[in-house]
Parts: sequence; structure tokens; C-alpha cells
Amino acid sequence: MGAPMQQEGREPVELFRNVNIDWLGKKWYFLAFSLIFSVAGIISMGWHWANTGSPVPLGVDFRGGTEIQVQFTQTPDINAIRQAMDTAGIKDEKIQPFNEPGLNQVLISLPIQKDETALDAGRLQVVNALHAHYNNPFNDNGVKVDVVGPTVGHQLEKQAGMATIYSLLGMLVYLWFRFQLIYGVAAVVACFHDTLITVGFFALTGQEISLTVIAAILTLVGYSMNDTIVVFDRIRENLRLSRRESLPDVVNRSINQTLSRTVLTSGLTFLTVLSLYVFGGQVLRGFSFALVVGILIGTYSSIAVAAPMLVAWQQYRATHGKVAALPSAKRARM
Amino acid sequence: MNKNLKGKVAAIIAVLVVCIYGILGVPSGVSGKALTEALTNRIHLGLDLRGGAHLILKVEVAEAVSAETDDTVAHIQQDLKKANLVFGKIYKPDPAKPQLIRIEGTSPSSSSAVRSALDAKYSNEYDVSGTADAWTLTMKPNIQADLEKKTVQQAIETIRDRVDSLGVSEPVIQEYNLGANQILVELPGISDLDRVKTIIQSTARLEIHPVVGGPFPTEQAALASVGGVLPSDDEMVHGSGALASGSDADSVYVLQRASVVAGSEFRSADPGTDQNTGQRNVRFTLTNEAGEKFYEYTSHNVGSAMAVVMGGRVKEVANIKSAIRDTGEISGSFSEDEVAILSKMLRTGALPASLNEIETRTVGASLGADSIKEGVTAAVVGVLVVMAFMLFYYRGAGINADLALFLNLVILLGFMGYSSATLTLPGIAGVILTIGMGVDSNVLIFERIREEIRAGKAASAAVDQGFAHAWITIVDTHVTTIVSAAILFLFGTGPVKGFATTLVFGLLANLFTAVFVSRVIFDAHLNKMKPGEMVSI
Repeated sequence: MGAPMQQEGREPVELFRNVNIDWLGKKWYFLAFSLIFSVAGIISMGWHWANTGSPVPLGVDFRGGTEIQVQFTQTPDINAIRQAMDTAGIKDEKIQPFNEPGLNQVLISLPIQKDETALDAGRLQVVNALHAHYNNPFNDNGVKVDVVGPTVGHQLEKQAGMATIYSLLGMLVYLWFRFQLIYGVAAVVACFHDTLITVGFFALTGQEISLTVIAAILTLVGYSMNDTIVVFDRIRENLRLSRRESLPDVVNRSINQTLSRTVLTSGLTFLTVLSLYVFGGQVLRGFSFALVVGILIGTYSSIAVAAPMLVAWQQYRATHGKVAALPSAKRARM
Repeated sequence: MNKNLKGKVAAIIAVLVVCIYGILGVPSGVSGKALTEALTNRIHLGLDLRGGAHLILKVEVAEAVSAETDDTVAHIQQDLKKANLVFGKIYKPDPAKPQLIRIEGTSPSSSSAVRSALDAKYSNEYDVSGTADAWTLTMKPNIQADLEKKTVQQAIETIRDRVDSLGVSEPVIQEYNLGANQILVELPGISDLDRVKTIIQSTARLEIHPVVGGPFPTEQAALASVGGVLPSDDEMVHGSGALASGSDADSVYVLQRASVVAGSEFRSADPGTDQNTGQRNVRFTLTNEAGEKFYEYTSHNVGSAMAVVMGGRVKEVANIKSAIRDTGEISGSFSEDEVAILSKMLRTGALPASLNEIETRTVGASLGADSIKEGVTAAVVGVLVVMAFMLFYYRGAGINADLALFLNLVILLGFMGYSSATLTLPGIAGVILTIGMGVDSNVLIFERIREEIRAGKAASAAVDQGFAHAWITIVDTHVTTIVSAAILFLFGTGPVKGFATTLVFGLLANLFTAVFVSRVIFDAHLNKMKPGEMVSI
């Protein structure tokens, strides 16, 4: 079919036609940007660790204890509630307003109860104290109650840990299988960078990490990996086609070619996750926050961390007298 | 270039229909209400969307082991006495190790006699060790493990029975965290958790009383049978059901007030068959002291009737055939079903060990409803935004992507309907994420097609190349995310499992729609195009 082409109607909307940005040239800016956020995150976590014994605020899943979300009929008065607790002899409680103001909700937390034969005692005490000393009707069963004892707290920690380790291992193995090891390492470094910054954001904003947040973080690691794979796939394809170009040129060209897809996909995924953050309600707030931050950082890291790392490693090996060109990765399986 | 287009389209429509059936079943009508009902029948909602209570109970299996060894201690005392072997004391030295029994003060000269006495009866279940005047019996680890497992199973059955009596719909009661002796109890729609916990964790009374008279149709008839005045050591108890009176009607029995054996004196009960008559019966074992008591009673009362009373009602009346010590049979003309029920009742009459609550989570029904609303709103907004954008940016091909997206959601929900998976709030988030990640496949393909067009290829060649190049990357990205989601499913708790489920289903559906369905739509369009025309993309 050699006939001339005719576009139907108007010209297509194309955001990134013929882009030719020198991405690798900007790597020092990227490094600075990443460092700023990483260091901010680390400092924030360190400060939090010094103050509370854990690097990030932990949700009730991991720190154990009792958390009661109570909905009052009238606007709750935090001081009055605290007094009611004190009168009843309850110590170490944390009381804070919760959710939108119009809902009159309060979150009351108690520290972990070591004695597992009476795990529910804390909740009963709080409920009784409120009935006895604070005159604002509420539903006894609360809007949401979470009571986690030490046994389950440990179990959940273990589960979260195993999920994280196996996830990362699984991904590393898959990458090793599909690409050369160096690609895999560059991708994993990018993912680690993403996780560090995302968790740092949690420490910075004081949001809690629960098991669902861990699930979100693992998912965004997967997402970041995907993004990196798309760029690497293109690099690999271009390397196969052109043996004469220098690696930095190939990498730059590959990123420019996939830029359209990268921005579009992350843009669309970001919009869907943003919709979740805005409309999805309080329960999912931590989860959607992790995804919102993670998708932005994940997209950024494929271009700004994984690709430069690949080139830097290659140049290091070249200056030390080893192989001159990146070994072409394993043949793609169809 | 038909490429069997009609066949492929038919296949896609078939998949669509199958999935819609999976989601709705066969709805009773087309009104909004009927459809919602059909939907909620097939797709189960998690507790965080429905409201309800989630409890994790730890079974204190040590108590069951302790009860068993207590029994053994009593048995050993009897055995040694009968064999005229002297001993000082038999006790359990370590409360933290209920599987250990210590015998002290035996006479060194009869140590071989002691040894053989112990070996004869206990070497199956215990490791016997010791010398001269002190002996230790340790319950064998596999016996102990078996006992612990059985205790947990019995606890589960007891809890299930009790929860049944509360009329909770679709409760979940199962072993949790294999090997840790934990039980998961999920009760949807429960608003008064305290009352439920009292019922679950209480000890229901199960007793056997001697029958004085009955069954009588009314209390007056029962009174008449004892001369109009109820003696002080008798009581009237109601009962119903085939096992008690042969009918479902309520009847009254006159029983002796004092029970022969009760509650925790039953150690176990299993269905069996009478060796002589071939009839079905229930074999039970009592604890040692209860056995003595029972023996006394039954040997003096062969031929009389006993009533099994549970929760204040007569559940079953049986005749004493012979003297029973601690192992006996209850026989009547039972059907297989009745025997299983009776065994279960005897077994579950009491909790075998106490239950400790180690985690409680409750979600109010209003929060559940709010969560559904919020989740669905977020999903709808997400879908609309993505669809609008694809239409705007890719024009004709955008319609393609939107159709694929819609089909994606239908297949995802179809998977959920067929697999009876539970939809949780993070699960709804997973659906939203699938939309974003799914559209990635379309973007990959379309961008590649645009590149090929720019490079000068003809329409169908561009489409071919677009799909061919993008395919590998699509597989790569989907596999990594599916592996990640599978791991989350293995190690996550309920809500996280729900997230992993929708993510995996969504991605699998996406592999089908983005590659196969999109291609078919393109091909259909290409078929209708004139030579030289370009696809709208």
C-alpha cells in the first residue's frame, strides 16, 4: 500500500512530538532534587524516631492499642472529653477531632494493652467514662473500633515485612530474568528511592502507616518498576538497532521517545488516584496519599534515577578498562 | 483481510454475556432495586463495606492439655493403687508445661513393676522416663499437637453453633493463622458486639438427667403423672424435636433435678455404630471422676431413661442399656443426621478451653454505607475523567480505548462474581487503580501506532507494528504488578486481600481487552476503510 496518507479531520493532539531534551545532562539537577527530598524525609524520620521510638507514625495495626471513632450528636468539646477520661481514671489517652467537622466525630486512642485476657477493657472504660461524665449522646458501638493486642500486632508486623521482602525479591528475580543484572539493580535503586521519599512524606505530614498503606507502597513500587521497564525496554530495542550511538545518546533518545506515553499514563493514573484521594473518604486517606505521592515520584525516578544510574555504571566500567558497550540484554520472549 | 473477524466479535460478546451473568445472575426484573439485589447476591461485601464485627480469638489450648493430664494423673493414682504399688505424690511440676507429670516416692525395689505398669497403659501417649523412685511422663509432641488441633476444631464448632443461634447472616468462623491456635470470627451486620461476645465466650450448660416421666403434651399432663404436685427433687423441662419426643411439638418431661453428669465432664463425642445391632449410636467419653459417678448411676439403673438437656431444654432421651463408666454409647433409632447432630451437641456443649480476644475490629453500618458511596463516587469520577481524556486525545481510537475500558470493568466484576470474592474498600481502590494502569496498555499501543504512522507506514501496517512492539512491554508490566499483588494476597489481611484480588482480576481482564478486543475493533474499522485512508488516532 504505497498511496499517500491523509489524516482524517484535524491534526491529532500530540503533546510531545519531536522532543529532544537532554535528560542525562540534567542529572545533577535531578540528583539535587532527589537528595533534598530524601534528606528531608530522613531527617523527619529521625526526629520522629527520637521522639516516639518509631521512624514513622504507626497505625493501630502495628503499634497495637485501642482506637475508637465516636460520633456525637452535638459538636464535641475535646477538653470536656479529656476531663471525663481523667475523672474516670483513664490515663495516656489521645483525643483528637476526626473527619469533617460537621460529622462531630472524635478519635480516642489508648495505648497497647499487654494483658490479653482483658483486651477490651480499655474500650469499655472509655465508653463508661463518656456516659458517666460527658453529656453528649453517642452510639455505644462507635463508628469504628479497632483493638489490637500485642500478639496480633507482632503478626501484622511480620506479615508486612514478609510481603515487602518477597515483593522486592520477586521483582528483582523477574528483572534479572528479562534484563541484564545491571538493569535490575538500577530499577531497584529507583524503587528504593521512591519508597524512601514516600515514607518520608508520611513522616513529614504526620500520617500513620497501616497495613493498607504498606499495600499501597508495595503497589507503587510495582508501578515505578513498570515505568522503569517501559524506558528500559525502549533502550534495549534502540541498542539492538543502532550499534554506533553512544549509550547516553541512546538513553536520551529512548526517554524522549517514551516521554509521551510516560506523561500520559502517569497523568491518567495520577488523576484516578487523585479522584480516590479527594472523593474516596477518610478510611482510605493514608492509602490514597501514598499512591498520589508514589505515582509522581515513581514516574520521576525512571527518568531521573534509573536511567542515569545505568549510564553512570556503564561509564564507570568503561573507565576501568572493561566492556565498552552495554551488553545487549537477553532476547525478548514473545 | 477478514481474519475471522466475525468469530472474534462473537467470542467477545460471549465473554461479555458470561460476565454479566456472573455479576447479576438472572435478575428478577430490570428495576434499579432488582438489579442492586441481584448484584449484592453475587458480589460479597467485606466487613468494611457492610458493617459488622471482626474478632480474632485465641484458644488457650494449654487448658485442654492440662485437663487431659489432670485426668491421667487421676488414672495413674488408681492404677498404682490397684497394682499395690506405693507412691508418694503424683503431680504436675510446672504450670507453664501442662504436658509434664511427675511421680515421686515410689519404692525403688518395685521400680520395674512401676515401669511396666506405666508402660502398659500410657506409653502410647506419653514418654515414660525415670528410675528408682522418681518418674516423669511427658505427653508425646504429636499427641499434644493432635489434642491442641482438636481443641481448636471443637472450639470452632461450638462458636459456630452459638453464632447460628444468633441468626447472623453469612458469618465467617474459621481457623486463622495456621498453627497459632487462633480463630477468626466475622459477623456482618452485628451492632451489639458486647452481647455477641458474651454468648460466644460463655459456657453453655449441657447435662444428663434421669427421666422420671414423659413426654407429656402439656405441663398439666406432666403434673398429673406425679399426682398433681411436683416433688422437690424433680423439675419439669420442655423439649422438642425428633430426638426428644418424635415430633416437632413442644413436650414436657419430668426429670430429676440433680444431673448425673454435666458440662465439662464430657470430654468428647463421636458418631458410631453399635457392634451388635448395627444401629447408629453416639460414643462419648467422660472425664475420669465423672466416669466414676456415671458408673455408679448407670449400673443401678439399667433400662431407665436419661435425658440430655442443653440450655434448659431436653434435646434427647435415651435408654441405659448397660453400666457405663467413662466411655459409653447413647443409642436409639437414630438416622445418620440425628447421630451427627447429637454428637455435635455433646461435643459442643461446652467450650473445650477458654477463648481470649486478641483483636477486635468493628465497623458501624453507616460507616460501611458511607464507604461504599465514597468509593463508588471516586471510581465513577476516575472512569469519566479517563474516558473523556482518551476521547479527546486519541479521537477515534479513543472510542476504542473507552470500549475496552468498559469491557474491562465488566469482566473484572464478572471474575469477582464467579469466584465469590469479597469486595472491600481497598478493593474498590484496586478497581480505580486498574482503570489507570489498564489505560496504560492502550496508551502504549496508540503511541506506537502514531510513531509508525509518522514514519510513513500505511494504516494496517501501523496498527500491526503498534500492537507487535507494545505487546512485550504490556506483558512485562502486567506480570510484575500481578506478582506483587499475589504476594499482597498471601500476606495481607482481609481488606488488603480484597485490594489484591481486584487488582489481579483487573489486570488479567486488561490483558484480554487491551490486546485482543482493541485489536478486533481496529480490524473491524480497518476493514471498512478505503485504501489510503488513515485511522483516526
